[in-house]
Amino acid sequence: MKQILKRLGLLAATLLLVTVLAFVAFSILPGDPTNSILGLNATPEQTAALRERLGLDLPLWQRYLNWLGGLLTGQLGQSYLYEMPVSQLLGSRVAVTATLTAMSFGLIVAISLPLGILAARHAGGWIDRVVSVLGQVTMSIPNFLLGFLLTCLFSLILRWFTVGSFSAAAEQGLGAYLGYLFFPALSIALPRAAMTVKLLRGAILGEMGQDYIRTAYSRGNSKGRVLWRFALRNAMIPVITFLAMTVADVVAGSLVVEQVFAVQGIGQMLVSSINSRDYPVVQAIVALIAVVVVASNFAADALYRVMDPRLRQR
Amino acid sequence: MLLEVERLRVELHTRRGSVTAVEDFSLALEQGEAVGLVGESGSGKTVTAHALMGLLPRERAEVTGRAVFDGADLLAMDRAQLRQVQGRQLSIVFQEPMTSLNPTMRIGRQVEDALRVHTGLDAGARRQRALEAMALAGLPEPEGLYRCYPHQLSGGMRQRVMIAAALVLRPRLLIADEPTTALDVTIQAQILDTLRRINRQEGTAILLISHDLGVVRALCGRVVVMRQGVIVEQGRVEDIFHRPQQAYTRQLLEARPSWGKGKEGQGHG
Repeated sequence: MKQILKRLGLLAATLLLVTVLAFVAFSILPGDPTNSILGLNATPEQTAALRERLGLDLPLWQRYLNWLGGLLTGQLGQSYLYEMPVSQLLGSRVAVTATLTAMSFGLIVAISLPLGILAARHAGGWIDRVVSVLGQVTMSIPNFLLGFLLTCLFSLILRWFTVGSFSAAAEQGLGAYLGYLFFPALSIALPRAAMTVKLLRGAILGEMGQDYIRTAYSRGNSKGRVLWRFALRNAMIPVITFLAMTVADVVAGSLVVEQVFAVQGIGQMLVSSINSRDYPVVQAIVALIAVVVVASNFAADALYRVMDPRLRQR
Repeated sequence: MLLEVERLRVELHTRRGSVTAVEDFSLALEQGEAVGLVGESGSGKTVTAHALMGLLPRERAEVTGRAVFDGADLLAMDRAQLRQVQGRQLSIVFQEPMTSLNPTMRIGRQVEDALRVHTGLDAGARRQRALEAMALAGLPEPEGLYRCYPHQLSGGMRQRVMIAAALVLRPRLLIADEPTTALDVTIQAQILDTLRRINRQEGTAILLISHDLGVVRALCGRVVVMRQGVIVEQGRVEDIFHRPQQAYTRQLLEARPSWGKGKEGQGHG
């Protein structure tokens, strides 16, 4: 219990630090939001009035505390550019990106676990070699390029979906919505899945060389039983850590791949908000991503303890 | 005769070529007998044990000869037939108690492993049998240990867990490969006592492998001395202990730290 409280405290401190960094970083960036709202021909009086209205005349620390106070009470602030609450602006986009992230992560797990186990089970055989070569190729393609390739193949050649038709697909119902998101999710998932396969295969083979595996064989366990009941659980421990770190990459991947597939998620919003110096929107998105990343690391840590009894007492 | 090994030969294939690890090894073992197998590191003792247990990977080890165990030749069996014997009639305890247990599996589950593989017993019956085996192996309060993990136990306790797991189906032959080498001297003596009790009470035959003739003497009536993969001497343990015929056996005896001679630092680690 004390353990968990300690970790939660650390969690809160991490998040606080991230929000400070996000706030300070965007505040010292050159450029002024009033320029992008009023244009370059605004009079100094107009600019000063707007700065006062947006609260930009306050010192940085006061602005931060105001923002943080709002954050804790669920108020993400007002967008400078759109003059509407950030929460309202981001709501549907967060759902899109969250769906995309969850799908990508699900695909990574669904692809890598069976293939990793299969490759390890038949290490050195033809299945292993095919998986290894495909993995090597997939890993070396960045996800946005993979996105272009998938678009070419599935949209332009096979015509399984129409790139750019995301809003239309979203209106057609859940099936079409998920169907469209499948392709960007795949392009995010494939390189990561390839790495996970490689890691899992190596971890299983590493475990298969351990002394306790020899013990299992000496009791009459078959190779399959040894792999599933003995090696796999121990091999999953490093893989889970890796998957947790992957969550951050998947979110970052979503931001980029959304552009390629013209998906209206927070990625597009983030880029346009940075360009227009719409700080409240940018800060909200950064804080949100930080929460997701920190929370997934926390979850991995908890799972780690469940998997490995040696860590529980410390 | 429980085990009759004839002209066992093991050739290991490594990247740098093939090595003959064991050659022309013959050994007969009666029901309930305890026989020692001694030799220095690299003399082929462990390879012999693993060859008999069927634990050498077939693609990397060529095992020839005969090893008739309870009427059937272990070396002629296919994997499925061998699995029927492993852990049921023929069991092994390894040298490394710290790493031979699965770190993420509870003690009870590991002791029961052979029951899961070889019998259709339900969880309650398995638990009962496991607790009996743990008591037989000299583990205090088996009920409490049943739900522990290996890292919570000392080396000596872990080796007792290994012994319990090996004995859970009351095998005819237990191969103990340097079972006390990794342990403190006082713990060594206790483990040897336990093995002796199992040998006498349960009638389990034991093939005890050690580099230490003194350890073998504590348990076995007969001993086989190996060097560089071949048997150099064998006979009654008392004869060999007091009147070694081979210079090599004398060296093995002299390599033990002896209280009387006042020499130190010559023992094996």
